[in-house]
Amino acid sequence: MEFYGLVDGTEISLRKFLQTLSGVDQIGAEARAAMLATRSIKTSAKNWAIDLAISMVDLTTLEGADTPGKVRALCNKAVRPDSTDSSVPSVGAICVYNDMVAIARKHLDSIGGSHVPVAAVSTAFPSGRASMAVKIQDTQDALDAGATEIDMVIDRGAFLSGQFQVVFDEIAKIRTLCGTKAHLKVILETGELVTYDNVRTASFIAMLAGADFIKTSTGKVSPAATPPVVLVMLEAVRDFHQLTNHKIGVKAAGGIRTTKDAIKQLVLVNETVGSQWLSPSLFRIGASALLNDLLMQRMKARDGFYPSPSYVSID
Amino acid sequence: MTDFDYAPALESRSIVTIESEYGHFINGEFVKGANHFPTINPSNEEVLSQIALGGAQDIDRAVASSRVAFESTWSKMPGKERGKYLYRIARIMQERSREFAVLESLDNGKPIRESRDIDIPLACAHFFYHAGWADKLEFAGVGSSPRPLGVAGQIIPWNFPLLMLAWKIAPALAAGNTVVLKPAETTSLTALLFAQVCQQAELPAGVVNIVTGDGRTGSALVDHPGIDKIAFTGSTQVGKAIARAIAPTKKKATLELGGKAANIVFDDAPVDECVEGIVNGIFFNQGHVCCAGSRLIVQESVAEEIVSKLKVRMSKIRVGDPLDKNTDLGAINSAEQLSKITALTKSGEDEGAMRWSPECALPKKGFWFAPTVFTGVTQAHRIAQEEIFGPVLSVLTFRTPQEAIEKANNTPYGLSAGVWSEKGSRIHWASQQLKAGVIWANTFNKFDPTSPFGGYKESGWGREGGSHGLTAYLKSAEEGGNNE
Amino acid sequence: MSDRIEVKKTYKLFIGGAFPRSESGRTYEVNDHKGGFLANPALASRKDLRDAVVIARTAHISWAKATAYNRGQILYRIAEMLEGRADQFASEISALDGISIKEALKEVHLSVDRLVWYAGWSDKLSALVGATNPVSGPYFNFSIPEPMGVVGAIATEKNSLLGFIDAIAPIIVSGNSVIVLASERAPLPAMSFAEVLATSDLPPGVCNILTGSKSELAPWFASHMDIDGLDITGVEHDLRADVKVAGAENLKRIHSFADGQSPARILSFMEIKTTWHPIGV
Repeated sequence: MEFYGLVDGTEISLRKFLQTLSGVDQIGAEARAAMLATRSIKTSAKNWAIDLAISMVDLTTLEGADTPGKVRALCNKAVRPDSTDSSVPSVGAICVYNDMVAIARKHLDSIGGSHVPVAAVSTAFPSGRASMAVKIQDTQDALDAGATEIDMVIDRGAFLSGQFQVVFDEIAKIRTLCGTKAHLKVILETGELVTYDNVRTASFIAMLAGADFIKTSTGKVSPAATPPVVLVMLEAVRDFHQLTNHKIGVKAAGGIRTTKDAIKQLVLVNETVGSQWLSPSLFRIGASALLNDLLMQRMKARDGFYPSPSYVSID
Repeated sequence: MTDFDYAPALESRSIVTIESEYGHFINGEFVKGANHFPTINPSNEEVLSQIALGGAQDIDRAVASSRVAFESTWSKMPGKERGKYLYRIARIMQERSREFAVLESLDNGKPIRESRDIDIPLACAHFFYHAGWADKLEFAGVGSSPRPLGVAGQIIPWNFPLLMLAWKIAPALAAGNTVVLKPAETTSLTALLFAQVCQQAELPAGVVNIVTGDGRTGSALVDHPGIDKIAFTGSTQVGKAIARAIAPTKKKATLELGGKAANIVFDDAPVDECVEGIVNGIFFNQGHVCCAGSRLIVQESVAEEIVSKLKVRMSKIRVGDPLDKNTDLGAINSAEQLSKITALTKSGEDEGAMRWSPECALPKKGFWFAPTVFTGVTQAHRIAQEEIFGPVLSVLTFRTPQEAIEKANNTPYGLSAGVWSEKGSRIHWASQQLKAGVIWANTFNKFDPTSPFGGYKESGWGREGGSHGLTAYLKSAEEGGNNE
Repeated sequence: MSDRIEVKKTYKLFIGGAFPRSESGRTYEVNDHKGGFLANPALASRKDLRDAVVIARTAHISWAKATAYNRGQILYRIAEMLEGRADQFASEISALDGISIKEALKEVHLSVDRLVWYAGWSDKLSALVGATNPVSGPYFNFSIPEPMGVVGAIATEKNSLLGFIDAIAPIIVSGNSVIVLASERAPLPAMSFAEVLATSDLPPGVCNILTGSKSELAPWFASHMDIDGLDITGVEHDLRADVKVAGAENLKRIHSFADGQSPARILSFMEIKTTWHPIGV
């Protein structure tokens, strides 16, 4: 059924649905996230979590200075994060601008990385300030170049001015465009939405309109994937699953730099939506520097002593 | 591994040194007791140490020591200097906080996360807060030249051993009183460690005396003619006995007693934070909390959603070794308390309420009780009336705000209550209607030294914390027969 | 000179704004200071007390909801009504206590002034003993004094009018309702005061007045489980321990006072309520 039978594509039905959502108490949400941050993940659990986190990384480069060489190097790292240890899993995906998609796809395929998907940021990333025609063309380019994941941004201006249906329609259109070719991740840019109430509302708009994933941030705005923001999004995903029996993924992107940060995210997932979401198909971490910290922690666990960054490749 | 199984993350107990036997702390020194009883780790029934059983003679010596310290030293010392002693104590407690936390969890059974993050820091905060009062008593609200009462006899419970000690001792000392404190029978160890802190702080001898023991020791303290003030936290039953015992005397009293707090959930509550508040309200400290939100009074229209989310959340509660940093729910403090909880929950089933607990493996040794919720509870049920003092929640429903308040107030207790709603005017309305000393609105079980705590009705007399708590240890210069 | 026969007043109880006789049908004889007969006021029973508590409980709920401004105005109105009938009270006091009319009038005026003093407290208590507490965390936390509920008072035998005012005014000004046992020896000014109350906009049931035997009724006040607080200023010292023991059953707040004019008399029958609320967006 279209839109899960919860809304019918009209503004009135969307507004009616959004009214049923409960509010989020900022202090309570932050207290819960802080409490979960005290979880102490040690030994075997930590080793397991590190490998899981590696497999969830959307290894990302989104710079004006990105070059084919840089992207290829990143692809190498994505497929075999630690060239000295073949037991390290590949990352969840490579995430690039749409003009780099073809380069990444081609290189991945040539190095035995065909299992690593390429994600393209889209819809006038990061600001989302462009006409719909441009956003569609942006997405179509990425799809044509072989992207199987589209990370679109929502129109925060529309959201903040109360035009929820505009936000919804854009997502629904991009969803149609992606069809079965690509997974759709919808970036809420929570740092610009500011309140958790907004994050919860935007999460539901995105899910109703057809997102496969809801994603915190572009990585260009701070704060990004703070634990309480991810908590609120996970709760939305959990509630949506309760409502529709559909599992929507969550991608925490921006600000997750250390193994400790990543494990905190996994704890949030585990204790909010449960272990079913502890898979790259339902939880991703958008990051670049994080991967090396995960690798170093992995070396420490394997070797029993602390490694030097000199032994981890910088790409 | 498919599930994220947290490997045990045990806090090291090597930081604490437990003597094989303890005496009383009288006049600045540890003195041998005549008889002893064991104190055990409730999570595995290991005997931790032998505690002295204080008798009338021990109380007598302690009171005499406190009297001398009061007359000769403490009440004469400028407030500024008393304050510095309290600062010292606070600092040393902070320095030794990990030690206190581990010892508290060992002796009490509470999770290390709570002793580490709540009990001990709050206990330190109480000393800091009251240190600042010591030289400002003329602004506390009992006139321009307030005086201390004299020797305070203080009896504390086993649910927050060190924190309750701090609630009692810090204001008493700041106001210029000296104290004889009796810790709870099952949880004396952190009080005895506190005695060492007093020594390290070079607190004058006799200002703090600690006599360990059981109910008989407590009675001897209450009945001692050399006591000017009783401060008691514990059961309402014992509180009433104390009130009777001191009726013919001039002794003043503050009593912090039982509760059966309502946690009211309106249909516009922030659901996830509310569920979290419900969990914190009743499962914090194994429900061994006088202000625990033990009656969930939820609007019928959202009851199903709330209860279903609550059950999901309850299934995430980690029950187990109190020293594991990931434990949420520790051990029940004693066999006696466990059997009381067991009996009351059985009555809940017998009276027809629906009982539910998540699947959770409880350790074989020690005293354990799974987090439990009863639905279909009505006001007439015993589990809706009596204080269970364990991890057991009763769920009742209401239709109108007035009905919620009526049910909430329909108890002889009046310690605390919770209200959950995103509507500000409704929060204030409910807060005003509730007959309880502490109202947590869109939160629960929050404590602070600046915030008065204490109950209406049979939940006790007086307040602890803030200036209101401080004045319970002061009298005005004019005060004679006034205000008996 | 008229030889008209005076119409004498029947002194009854004052419960819920009405003037009932004791359900027991009992009365007792009150004499002037020389032993001459003055009146047969009601000898209230424990059942009269029981009925008064039920009414007081209901009355407290709406009285506590009245604004502080309104409660103050009503107490001030009571003072106005008393002022207007000063002579009547003076003659009652004079007869009972054997003091001159001039002296008795002084007590009436003191009583009026005392009412005015307490009236002014209604809207200042929260500011005086309330607080906002700077807790360590993102919470707004405030403490305010609230009325306790139903409070009993055993009025002193001294100063039959002023002592009675001291027993009721501080209790009701905060929003409590009161059941007061008037001076046993000299209950007439208290019962005449009921007429003042009845014409002064005080909601029925907020102030209920019993006359009768202290030794008979004080224990029932003390043991009544729906009385929250008790002023035992009028209870003899040797009876106080028993009253306190009985009152322990519901942990009644029991106080006695040396001063008639003191904020402690108000605050002793209030509870501090502290409310926490998160501060967030």
